Amino acid sequence: MKVQFPNNKSQIPNNFELLNSKFQRPVIRKSKPVCGLVFGALNLFVIWSLIIGACFSFAITGQSATEIKVGSKAFTESVIIGDIVTQIAETTGSSVKYQKALGGTRILWSSLLRGEIDIYPEYTGTLIQEILAKKKISSDEELKRVLNGMGIIMSRPLGFNNTYALGMKEDVAEKLGIRKVSDLKKYPELGFGFTNEFMNRGDGWPSLQKAYQLPQRNVKGLDHDLAYRGLERGSIEVIDLYSTDAEIEYYKLRVLEDDLNHFPNYNAVLLYKSDLKEKDPAGLREILKLQGSISEEDMIKMNALVKLYGNPDAIVASEFLGKRFDIITQPEKDTFFTRLATNTIQHLFLVIVSLVAAIIISIPLGIWSYKNEKIGKAILATVGIIQTIPSLALLVFMIPLLGIGSVSAIVALFLYSLLPIVRNTYTGLKDIPLNVRESAEALGLSPFARLRLVELPMASRSILGGIKTSAVINVGTATLGALIGAGGYGQPILTGIRLDNIPLILEGAIPAAVLALLVQWLFDLSELVFVPKGLRLKSE
Amino acid sequence: MIKLENVSKSFDKIKVLHSTHLEIFPKSTTVIIGPSGCGKSTLLRLIIGLIKPDEGEIYVNGEFINDNNLYSIRHKMGYVIQDGGLFPHLNARENVSLLASYLSTGDDYIEKRIKELCELTKFPHDALNRYPVQISGGQRQRVSLMRALMLDPEILLLDEPLGALDPLIRFELQNDLKEIFEALGKTVVIVTHDIGEAGFFGDKVILIRDGRIIQQGTIADLVRNPSDSFVTDFIQAQRNPLESINESTISK
Repeated sequence: MKVQFPNNKSQIPNNFELLNSKFQRPVIRKSKPVCGLVFGALNLFVIWSLIIGACFSFAITGQSATEIKVGSKAFTESVIIGDIVTQIAETTGSSVKYQKALGGTRILWSSLLRGEIDIYPEYTGTLIQEILAKKKISSDEELKRVLNGMGIIMSRPLGFNNTYALGMKEDVAEKLGIRKVSDLKKYPELGFGFTNEFMNRGDGWPSLQKAYQLPQRNVKGLDHDLAYRGLERGSIEVIDLYSTDAEIEYYKLRVLEDDLNHFPNYNAVLLYKSDLKEKDPAGLREILKLQGSISEEDMIKMNALVKLYGNPDAIVASEFLGKRFDIITQPEKDTFFTRLATNTIQHLFLVIVSLVAAIIISIPLGIWSYKNEKIGKAILATVGIIQTIPSLALLVFMIPLLGIGSVSAIVALFLYSLLPIVRNTYTGLKDIPLNVRESAEALGLSPFARLRLVELPMASRSILGGIKTSAVINVGTATLGALIGAGGYGQPILTGIRLDNIPLILEGAIPAAVLALLVQWLFDLSELVFVPKGLRLKSE
Repeated sequence: MIKLENVSKSFDKIKVLHSTHLEIFPKSTTVIIGPSGCGKSTLLRLIIGLIKPDEGEIYVNGEFINDNNLYSIRHKMGYVIQDGGLFPHLNARENVSLLASYLSTGDDYIEKRIKELCELTKFPHDALNRYPVQISGGQRQRVSLMRALMLDPEILLLDEPLGALDPLIRFELQNDLKEIFEALGKTVVIVTHDIGEAGFFGDKVILIRDGRIIQQGTIADLVRNPSDSFVTDFIQAQRNPLESINESTISK
């Protein structure tokens, strides 16, 4: 089976575009009927934490039926268009919720189908080549028809084509006399560095090589941003580009002409649910004014403003609307402290809910493991296996089950929290000296009384240690929650990594580290409450 | 009265007790003695129900021990083990009163009883708030004894209660224990491997070897009428400190 890379047009598959903006609010999924999910989520743990998560989400977010929910992919261009859509819709007084940088193509597409978002920017090429590749669509008209059949409407093109292209450093290309892709045939020794996605796509390297009969063998798959740096250092000569990349100007690149018309068009369009028309006709009318009004030049400029010059995306979007449509929008400029507060609340929400759920489940599981050796082995093996799933994979795995947002993140964090607590509960109980255990038994205490009065207090330090480990791990892992729209300290970190913006990375990394230390300290302190004094004393 | 009928017990297919018959009479002190691993502790653990016999029946006061009466029977027995088995997370007072509190016997009863027991076991009342790690081995055994006696049980089972103590403290506790047994008049079963201690405590001594009772009777019976050369060997295996002095005197 071919591996599907979910993030079609993103430059870094898992980056996160979030700068200071009023739209950066907790991305919390609406609570949904639990019964429907019980069948999907066979796992008892999942159900449990789902219930808890859903209750919390419900408590935190109100739900508005007429709200337009805008989504965008996790790369600069998509985020900016999302901002533009959001702001233009708001001018009609519509209530708009912008869930920015939710992830890759698959996530956005399935969120749209599920109605978790109403509208998001997409590219015709992505729809034809990837999302609906099985339908072998040959024209935009046909594409429209197919989408309509799915209850989805595709707008007219926004005005720019962000297709794939090959690029080289201007001076290198000049020296070698390379202008077109077919010119590359003459230089088999050139080093190519392509995104992993490009290496695997239908219109990517394999078919490009075939079409142009390219002889090169030195072809590496690497991250897009690293490819630019490799180009700078001269370790590779040719990379794949998107034609609206801000870097083309910045790095002085020559875009090679696709003389055989190999690459399909990637016209930017808006995809929206057909019911958006009834839901908010005025808002939609405004949004559709964007059709045909964003040129390639506009887009390159906006990408550069955000990506290279660090302007907040919402501000760049607002400026564009001002110039193009004479619309004055005022995106809230939030301060460092309001961002920190928002991130902290989101982060704590993820950590606390998942940890509380894990404690509620893990301690009984640990006790059960201790009471029944056979079941214990199975339980410990299961939670051990869960622990070995890479966190990123687990997060992505949660999306089809529970959608985007904090519920998925909480469930994933919850699953990661199980092992330390279950194991420490188990070993804490197991390590109670036999004579103490038997003394309690010989005294005539019932099994439950022994557990409550002797065994759990004796194991308290170990159990607390397990909870502490889970909490600290959770604080770290929760930063990945930003990848699936759950917010938290991961947002500035991921955005900072992509924009190469160290202060932004630190804006997430430092609070996360401080929180981890704080958690550790709090748990050390809580020993005084939860661990009986007799166990804390040194013998005299 | 405690009665074992045809009781056998194996651990990992190794028989540690062979179809044993035993009767322990009320208000007497019985010492079970034998070399390490002979099955004497197993006997005690069977009586308190920590382990179940593979074969045979055990009766306490005429009641056959089973899952239904296990807890009520245990409440009628006190059990003290070598290192006390105190709960390290509880202080001395909490250790002693744990079961009574659990059974809700009332604070007045508990206070009164703790006071009596402190006097009986010569445990300083003001040390009750100390934790097991804060008191000496001898004191720990006193607390353990208090805990065993809290509900005034009819039967007291002691598994090498003094085995881990230094000779001076052991000597002192032996005296105190004997006084306590005499004062209380309970059915006492002590397991030890110290023949001197056995003679000191026991109305009746039961000698066990390899899971079988070799001989039972008073210490005088065992000395005068040994059923077996092992009995004599076991009794004489006790080193007398004077021996070495005599020998060295002779060699001079």
